[in-house]
Amino acid sequence: MKISELLGTDPGWLITVKALFIFVLCVLLTLVAIWGERRLVARMQQRLGPNRVGPFGLVQGLADGVKLALKEDLIPAAADRIIFVIAPIISVTACFLAFAVIPMTGVVYLFGHKTAMQLTDIPVGVLYILAAASFGVYGIVLAGWSSGSTYPLLGGLRSSAQVISYEVAMGLSLVAVFIYSGSMSTSAIIEAQHDWWFAVVLFPSFVIYMISMVGETNRAPFDLAEAEGELVGGFHTEYSSLKFALFFLAEYVNIIGVSALATTLFLGGYHALPGLTFTEQWWGGWFTMIWFLAKVVAFFFVFVWLRGTLPRLRYDQFMKFGWKVLIPVSLVWILVVATLRVLSQQNTPKAATLGFAAGVVILILAGTSLYERSQKKSKADDAIGEFPAPSFPVPQIPSQRAEQLHG
Amino acid sequence: MAENPITPRFPDLGLTAAAKAEKKIKGQELEAKSFFAQLQGFWVTFITMFKKVTTVNYPEVKEPTAERFHGRHQLNRYDDGLEKCIGCELCAWACPADAIMVEGADNTDTERYSPGERYGKVYQINYLRCVFCGLCIEACPTRALTMTNEYELADSTREKLIFEKDDLLGPMRAGMIPAPHPMYPGTTDTDYYKGAVTGPHPSQEVK
Repeated sequence: MKISELLGTDPGWLITVKALFIFVLCVLLTLVAIWGERRLVARMQQRLGPNRVGPFGLVQGLADGVKLALKEDLIPAAADRIIFVIAPIISVTACFLAFAVIPMTGVVYLFGHKTAMQLTDIPVGVLYILAAASFGVYGIVLAGWSSGSTYPLLGGLRSSAQVISYEVAMGLSLVAVFIYSGSMSTSAIIEAQHDWWFAVVLFPSFVIYMISMVGETNRAPFDLAEAEGELVGGFHTEYSSLKFALFFLAEYVNIIGVSALATTLFLGGYHALPGLTFTEQWWGGWFTMIWFLAKVVAFFFVFVWLRGTLPRLRYDQFMKFGWKVLIPVSLVWILVVATLRVLSQQNTPKAATLGFAAGVVILILAGTSLYERSQKKSKADDAIGEFPAPSFPVPQIPSQRAEQLHG
Repeated sequence: MAENPITPRFPDLGLTAAAKAEKKIKGQELEAKSFFAQLQGFWVTFITMFKKVTTVNYPEVKEPTAERFHGRHQLNRYDDGLEKCIGCELCAWACPADAIMVEGADNTDTERYSPGERYGKVYQINYLRCVFCGLCIEACPTRALTMTNEYELADSTREKLIFEKDDLLGPMRAGMIPAPHPMYPGTTDTDYYKGAVTGPHPSQEVK
């Protein structure tokens, strides 16, 4: 029985329970993520990080949330009041929406009902996630615009430009996955990774997705929209209290969301690591959720690691990287993948397939070596010879003085 | 290590280097390290996670300060319990932050706080102003004023942070008798300064 058929038999109460579960899981993960991120980054800087509230400071996120909620809720006089209130709600809603099609377990029994921990399974699940992510941009852009203030406007524009640019690369990186799995449904994509994870088979796609998901979530080193040194707080500069908390929540749920999507599309979703498949039967199948969460946490660690390591990119470098590197590379990669796929589907002899692959590799090598040579040439052109002596009086150069003194 | 494009390698007034740097910025061609060299940064942050942290769990763990850390002031006493402060106000004059206020008064035969003529009747240090520079310590002619290593000087009101003489006076050590009391019989203030008095006269001891 396919997962989509299985989910189709869910009674209404079970769907409600699942929706509630997803909500609670996301909020809890956010609280733990805030704590985990601060502790990890602190460690990377040889600090201890928050350890005051609760055991190991675990409740720090909750304490911060309560503090935010109790703060004064300000709406600037110049703000567009209605949109100003709606914007954070859009942001939060959009990132929760994406979670509806993420499969978190295999087939399990929940209150005696055979189902899977996935709210729904639609044939265009991944497209739906991309749509939800794009929907979230409205929250950012409207927040920046409705604040009636300069920095939020600039931050909002930057942020939306960034998210839109990197969504293109992200979407393109997913195309190879669709081609290989022959489906856009998340559960079907996971099943297609039964033998090999797509992170291995489609490694370039995986790398491009990893980069663009950082750009998509406005995280360091791509956190230009919230560049503290340049734009105060970016689009949420004018926000305070619960509305700010909503943006905060949206940011972290978004990170967890793209990590969950990466897990689903490239790391085999809820399936166990190769060689440990017997664990999938533990706890009546519920152990698969541990695998899912472990993979998500691994991705989250990458986010934190990036933040702890890399400085922020300049805006033009960032855009150049997105449009001139990521998108062309993914386009070429898609062409290669599509050709290989067609070749294998039409039962072309192995030799032809291998020949094509070899041709591509040779082309890439030739291209890079030509590029490097042109780089070297332009560098040689850049080399600057001796400058002519200036026409105005200048103080003596110490080495010349030494020559004069010593002979 | 990569060469800093701004620092001139040769003493040519920096003209070549500056022009080079300018040209580099124009062409967006900063010296790019190899890809794997750039990944070294990730290793640095990763390995740092397993290093010993340099910060301290402060309220629970208190590291001793440096030996000569400038902390709260202390007004010292001679070994017999008389105060060293002579109320000269040199500390107050030395203070760049105007944090010290001293009012001197005359010692009398019936009520003697310090050897010699004068003593500090009122002595206040305002820790909201004090910058812990230690100039007052340098100014003090009798070593009456020194600094301790105590640094926990936070409080909730301004009044509490103006320390009076009672707050600043050093502890009574064994053998000391609280002032006021007469000087050691047969000594002068000079003997006190020279450290000749090492305890109270037996007649003064409290039984």
